Amino acid sequence: MPRHFDNDLKDLKDGILAMAGVAEAMIDLTLQALGERSSAKAEEVHGLDRSMDEWELKLDHLCIDLLALHAPAATDLRLIASSLKIIPELERIGDHCCNIARRAAFVNPPVLPEGHLERMGQETRSMVRRAVDAFLGRDAALARAVIQNDDAVDELYSLIYRELLQRMMADPLCIERSSHLILVIKNWERIADQATNIAEEVLFILEGRNAKHPYLSRKQ
Amino acid sequence: MLACQDLHISFDAKAVIAGISLDFPARQITAIIGPSGCGKSTLLRAFNRMHELTPGARVRGRITLAGKDIYDPKEDAVRVRRRIGMVFQKPNPFPTLSIFDNVVAGLRLSGLRNRSLLQGTAETALRDAALWDEVKDRLKGSPMSLSGGQQQRLCIARALAVGPEVLLMDEPCSALDPIATAKIEELMFRLRERLTVVIVTHNMQQAARASDRTAFLWMGELVETGDTEAIFTTPKKSMTEDYITGRFG
Repeated sequence: MPRHFDNDLKDLKDGILAMAGVAEAMIDLTLQALGERSSAKAEEVHGLDRSMDEWELKLDHLCIDLLALHAPAATDLRLIASSLKIIPELERIGDHCCNIARRAAFVNPPVLPEGHLERMGQETRSMVRRAVDAFLGRDAALARAVIQNDDAVDELYSLIYRELLQRMMADPLCIERSSHLILVIKNWERIADQATNIAEEVLFILEGRNAKHPYLSRKQ
Repeated sequence: MLACQDLHISFDAKAVIAGISLDFPARQITAIIGPSGCGKSTLLRAFNRMHELTPGARVRGRITLAGKDIYDPKEDAVRVRRRIGMVFQKPNPFPTLSIFDNVVAGLRLSGLRNRSLLQGTAETALRDAALWDEVKDRLKGSPMSLSGGQQQRLCIARALAVGPEVLLMDEPCSALDPIATAKIEELMFRLRERLTVVIVTHNMQQAARASDRTAFLWMGELVETGDTEAIFTTPKKSMTEDYITGRFG
């Protein structure tokens, strides 16, 4: 017979997956808004942000209830403790999408060669998707792959950042658009960090070891 | 350090403890958890030779305190029970004795008659049991006038008065309200500075918050033991996980 507590845990997991679904939809819309320089798509992204905020409040409340009423232990405790960290990461992904999307109209005509920006967006999107899949499928190998992937996004960020700086120095007319783009890539880079943080929480849920700051674990 | 090696306990033909080896580090609190009938209380009682009072009980294996076998024929059971005190689930003060006489009952049994020494020891034991301030003005009163939590602390004072090295506690808070429970747990932490404490509890939260180490028993066998934090966050055995998360037992 399923326990009341198990039903609540299922509600929590389902809620996180629903929130992740909204986050992925926001990322897709953000990519479209950037690609099409579309203010209308940017508005759609903003429209979804309210849903993320509502999910955050609802799931936070559920986590606190589960901790207070059921005194969970072991895997259940790790799931709830990590959920309290995953939920704000997802909510921040929504905020970053809004930050990116609202600049869509300001990056025309394009400053960067075709493909650079899209590649960074797609890489980041893939990291978020796989971090959520790792949570859903309890897949430690996939979570580790996401964490490793963060370096690739960081390299892309540095590459594009340098290129934008060079262009700004070469052509004062593109300073404003390039400045917007620097903020765009900074937000993509932060979303990749958030996906990494989610993957680290998945490893904590599955293995009970904190995967953050590995250099500190090595010292210990 | 208290320890048992390959301990088997049976009552007539029924085996209750089946080959448990376990160390109880000095000056630490060890919680023994497990479903009803798994042998927790039996194990606890074996540590101060209480089985000798039960007809048909047999103990095989070794239980050592500071390296010496407490079941050695040359060891006196009364002396063992002075070194290894016990507190039970239900507070059991002696109703016809005063509060003071309850505390010094064990000392009197061992022949101590010196009034000032008895008074000094009683005060120390009552202070150690965090009860002195509540009873110092009514030491001649009946223990039955005390609340359940106070009675349990009186029983702890009685156990402490004879100077044990180990205190065994068999579900000491199961009949107490949360405030009285918190007082007993605080007391356990203070006693840990000089005593080894072993507590049997059905309350998972109590085991988690009030012990340094936890041992999980199931059907007379030791399933898993380790630091309490590890047992309650990352148990190694799925059976332990299922038990502490309430999925069986």
